[in-house]
Amino acid sequence: MSELLISARGLTKKFGDFVAVNGIDFDVQKGESFGLLGPNGAGKSTTMRIIGATSQRDSGTITILGKDPEKNGPQIRAHLGVVPQQDSLDMHLTVVENLYIYGRYFGLPRKFVKGKIEELLSFAQLEEKRDAKVETLSGGMKRRLTIARALVSEPEILMLDEPTTGLDPQARHILWDRLFRLKEQGVTLVITTHFMDEAEQLCDRLIVMDKGNIMAEGSPASLIKDYSTKEVLEVRFGSDRNQEVANKLRSMCERTEELPDRILMYSDDGEALLEQIYSAELHPKTSLVRRSSLEDVFLRLTGRTLIE
Amino acid sequence: MTFLTSRQGSSKLVNTAQVQMRGALYVAEARIRAMLKWFWMIIAIAVANPALYLISVGIGLGGLIDKNVGSAGIDGVKYLTFLAPALLAQAAIQNAMDETVFPTLEGFKWYKVFYSMNSTPLSGGQISLGVFLAALFRTVYTVLLYFLVMWLFGALESPKAWLAIPTAIFAGVSFGALMQAVAAKLENENIFFTVLGRFIMMPLFLFSGTFFPLTSMPFFLQWIGWISPLWHATELGRFLTYGHEVSASMVLVHFSILTVMLVVGLVLSARIFTRRLAK
Repeated sequence: MSELLISARGLTKKFGDFVAVNGIDFDVQKGESFGLLGPNGAGKSTTMRIIGATSQRDSGTITILGKDPEKNGPQIRAHLGVVPQQDSLDMHLTVVENLYIYGRYFGLPRKFVKGKIEELLSFAQLEEKRDAKVETLSGGMKRRLTIARALVSEPEILMLDEPTTGLDPQARHILWDRLFRLKEQGVTLVITTHFMDEAEQLCDRLIVMDKGNIMAEGSPASLIKDYSTKEVLEVRFGSDRNQEVANKLRSMCERTEELPDRILMYSDDGEALLEQIYSAELHPKTSLVRRSSLEDVFLRLTGRTLIE
Repeated sequence: MTFLTSRQGSSKLVNTAQVQMRGALYVAEARIRAMLKWFWMIIAIAVANPALYLISVGIGLGGLIDKNVGSAGIDGVKYLTFLAPALLAQAAIQNAMDETVFPTLEGFKWYKVFYSMNSTPLSGGQISLGVFLAALFRTVYTVLLYFLVMWLFGALESPKAWLAIPTAIFAGVSFGALMQAVAAKLENENIFFTVLGRFIMMPLFLFSGTFFPLTSMPFFLQWIGWISPLWHATELGRFLTYGHEVSASMVLVHFSILTVMLVVGLVLSARIFTRRLAK
């Protein structure tokens, strides 16, 4: 039977009058890779900080590793590895020193930490930078170091808040590879992201959040199946004609979404739909048939795109 | 990759009870490591500062004063003897403040390292205490260095001159603790530094009976001394090093005010750290 590591019911957090997290329910199983997908300001980071046993909820219940963070903060944090949105490394210290002091914060013996650092440097591909000051590292290196740091105590749950935001594509792929290895190793991952490709790559199951609420929950595939069609046809008629054509297109398929620069048409057969458009004498400037993604799910649920 | 095969897991590795006992020391260790990156800079300042003061004010101005006042001296002693406890306390206060205020702003605002510390079993109170302990460490060694330079300059006439060391450190950490609490509360530090430097540190230095007895100032300015840790430490220092006349009840007052500053600073700081981190 699977083991429940995190369980939240009616979880709520307010900042003054602003409701950041609005009574949400979710569970995370052991060994699972669980995602929180949503745009900036959806309440993902706040939820993460509550799971991280640093920020306290205003109402609802949450247990992490069977404990209440309000009463057992340090005992819970002892088993979490946290990768915050901002790296928050000690800029004065070197790569090795950052790993070392972080290990000490968990009360790990010096000898153990020293051995562990070698493994982590290799995992994060930072062997050559071991004695470099953190200030001098690139964004991708800092991110990998922050992840390595979170692993020094061999945590039960690794929590990553926007792990690849601000990284170039190559750095992202290196990072995904590392996270994938951890997942294979059975480490439970909790990830927030506003990149749908990241959610699709890394998450077994996710919740889609918007304005503090959970809009939908499921595996990436099941969410796409439930909230979108198999394929999407993207057509562009030029910004002045899009509006005029949109009315005609609407009757041709299940659903359309009109974005400022293009129209998305939802259908299980995109090519057939495109032919239909041509035979109606509407000639798009560009057209693209693609598979549905989580972006489409989000658009369907909220009427907005993830990255605005 | 050995990493992927030899996992023991945090439940076997992490000793939460030990962190609860020694957490502040771990934080202090990290702070001192960062501090030691500036080791030579701190040493240079710790040596250059007293050297410059002793040459200009102590020997230059002091020579003039001693010549004119004659054998009675200031407060019955040579000007340098009178000045030494005050300079020492001032150095302690400056260093303690630097080492509490800057790391606190850095931890909450500039690099946000306190947030990553707090995502380990460490509590806000332990982080606050750790920063303070590192500041205490720096204050102790700067005061010792300062004292050594004074000795080399022959500024220490009294055989009991070393008794100004603990009073200086006491004043330093008391003020440091208080300023740490203030820094932890700050959202916008720019105005703070202007105010702190020009309207707090400078007047305190000039009007705390540092260069002349507080009583020789107009009455309406003497209150500055009363709220200044520098004056209280200086009075205690003068009392201990050359028998400056202070009543027993005033000794108690000086001691109590510094103690209250220290305790209030530490308690407030721990509380503000905890609240700000839990937001």
